[in-house]
Amino acid sequence: MSTVQTTPRTSVRHASATGGAAPRVSREKQRKKAANVGYAILAIIVFVSSVFPVYWMINTSFLPSSLVRGTDLKFFPTPDVFTLNNYVTAVTDDSRAPFGPAMGNSLTVTFFTLVIAMVLGFLASLAVTRFRFKGRRTFILAILVVQMIPGEAMMISIFRIIDNWQLLNTVVGLGIVYVSGVLPFTIWTLRGFVNGVPADLEEAAMIDGCSRGKAFWKITFPLLAPGLVATGVFAFIQAWNEFVMALIIMQRPESMTLPVWLRTFQQATQATNWGALMAGSVLIAIPAVVFFLIVQGRMTGGLVSGAVKG
Amino acid sequence: MSSTTLEPRTERPGAPVRPPKKRRPPILPWTLLVPSLVVLGVLVGYPLVRLVVMSFQKYERAQLMGQPAEWVGFDNYVQVLTDVDGFWTVLLRSFLFMVACVVLTMVLGTLIALLMMRLGKGFRLLVSVGLLLAWAMPALAATIVWGWIFDTQYGVINNLLTAITGDNWMGHSWLLNPLQFFLIATLIIVWGAVPFVAFTMYAGLTQIPGEVLEAAQLDGAGPVQRFRLIMIPYVRSIITVLIVLSIIWDLRVFTQIYALQGVGGDRDKTNTIGVYIYQMGMAQGHYGLAGAISVIFVFIMLGISFYYVRQTVREEEL
Repeated sequence: MSTVQTTPRTSVRHASATGGAAPRVSREKQRKKAANVGYAILAIIVFVSSVFPVYWMINTSFLPSSLVRGTDLKFFPTPDVFTLNNYVTAVTDDSRAPFGPAMGNSLTVTFFTLVIAMVLGFLASLAVTRFRFKGRRTFILAILVVQMIPGEAMMISIFRIIDNWQLLNTVVGLGIVYVSGVLPFTIWTLRGFVNGVPADLEEAAMIDGCSRGKAFWKITFPLLAPGLVATGVFAFIQAWNEFVMALIIMQRPESMTLPVWLRTFQQATQATNWGALMAGSVLIAIPAVVFFLIVQGRMTGGLVSGAVKG
Repeated sequence: MSSTTLEPRTERPGAPVRPPKKRRPPILPWTLLVPSLVVLGVLVGYPLVRLVVMSFQKYERAQLMGQPAEWVGFDNYVQVLTDVDGFWTVLLRSFLFMVACVVLTMVLGTLIALLMMRLGKGFRLLVSVGLLLAWAMPALAATIVWGWIFDTQYGVINNLLTAITGDNWMGHSWLLNPLQFFLIATLIIVWGAVPFVAFTMYAGLTQIPGEVLEAAQLDGAGPVQRFRLIMIPYVRSIITVLIVLSIIWDLRVFTQIYALQGVGGDRDKTNTIGVYIYQMGMAQGHYGLAGAISVIFVFIMLGISFYYVRQTVREEEL
């Protein structure tokens, strides 16, 4: 590394100067490298701890019960032990609550909620974005405040009202509760999307001879399509995952939705079949996760845009 | 008077002033609003009124079967507010739990956002994918999976702890002890809530102009100073909104606590306010008392969200 000292003084000084600088640069580089390795390790830790429950759920769901209830951990369902038995049990075991009707109820109530909330929400969002009228501001404010009322506080009186109307254990009963729960959020989000399409475009079409309705359908509606899809998917996820209201309104085994059905796996009187329970969890999670991944990008931006002081 | 017009466009300077529109009664917008107003009126407004009414009545199972309810004035409220072992304990527990969850969520979320800023493309994608999966998991399924991970007999955590420490952890029940129950519950909530905070913070932090941070670095500001003096002021409004939203979400937590109690846990010692309302009303049939607690709960939540609502109204220029 270091050069020998037979050289004249000046060049020694010169050599020592460069010799001092070179390690400093490489030390800086090394530090950066070490930092990058550190960040990479942290990234892997974050990834593993985020994903582990999902991975463990899937892993367990494919293992035979002898291994699920064993002391030896099995980290991968290798081909020699891989089984679909848990899924078969989850779907066909009718002793607690049947899977088929639960699936049917979940699909029906989600579809019902989605269609009605989207239609009503779309109409209302048009009213508050494309028109100025007395009461508009109050309505928007009310939509915002209503979202702050916790459903957990409302469940007692909602239960009584649905009971009064003889709608307990019916898809319609749960559906209208879901519509009222999802609607404020739907109006609020759609309002943002409709505001994003300038009214100028419509007016230009009207000047060119379109009627107001036609201008809207031909010009604005196509531009709104992505926003409508995103909002609809979120309404879908909310209705699909909802648990509290389904728990109190759909109590009969044959009228349960999937989340309530999943809960019946755990009973005080008998040991939990964890393999089947994980299979059930996978079945419920798949649609929610897939749809969420499709639209997540559209929703994260909302809170940030304009919120940073520029 | 109200008039129906199209929303004013962004006027170009020098553009000719449009002739004033004909005044029409605002029939069209109200027609568009009516369906939503009916649904919200019948399923939010009316239940709210019924809730308040019920909170002033003696309302038990018998009344549900058709017996007329008797007015009792503020009796339910007095009973709830003097119930130190019940209501106040639950309320205190909910708040402590909420504070722990919010602090951990915010700190971890911010740290992960800062980490993401320093990562290369590949690793950032890895972190994003992991966070998205955690975020997308339905709360109930997630809670049940965590319950399985911490299961007393066959759980992977007990298994690993036994292997690592050499002590026998098999058979250790994590949910029986209320403190450990809430440790697990906090883990579940924070795990599910960090992605939203991390992504939002990351989106906010990346909007800070790079030259500002560079200038600060040239002036000798270290990473901590740059974070405290430059980044935080830039994203202050995002942080506040995130904290308020987290407070609201973590205070009204129901699914995770209820499902975790189902896996195993002492209900009386682990109730949070939402689950307490359910126990009091749906399970035990004290609808009047549960109504009074619900009304108090609504007021608490509206009070907390006041800031958020005001901030949103201001930003959206309503």
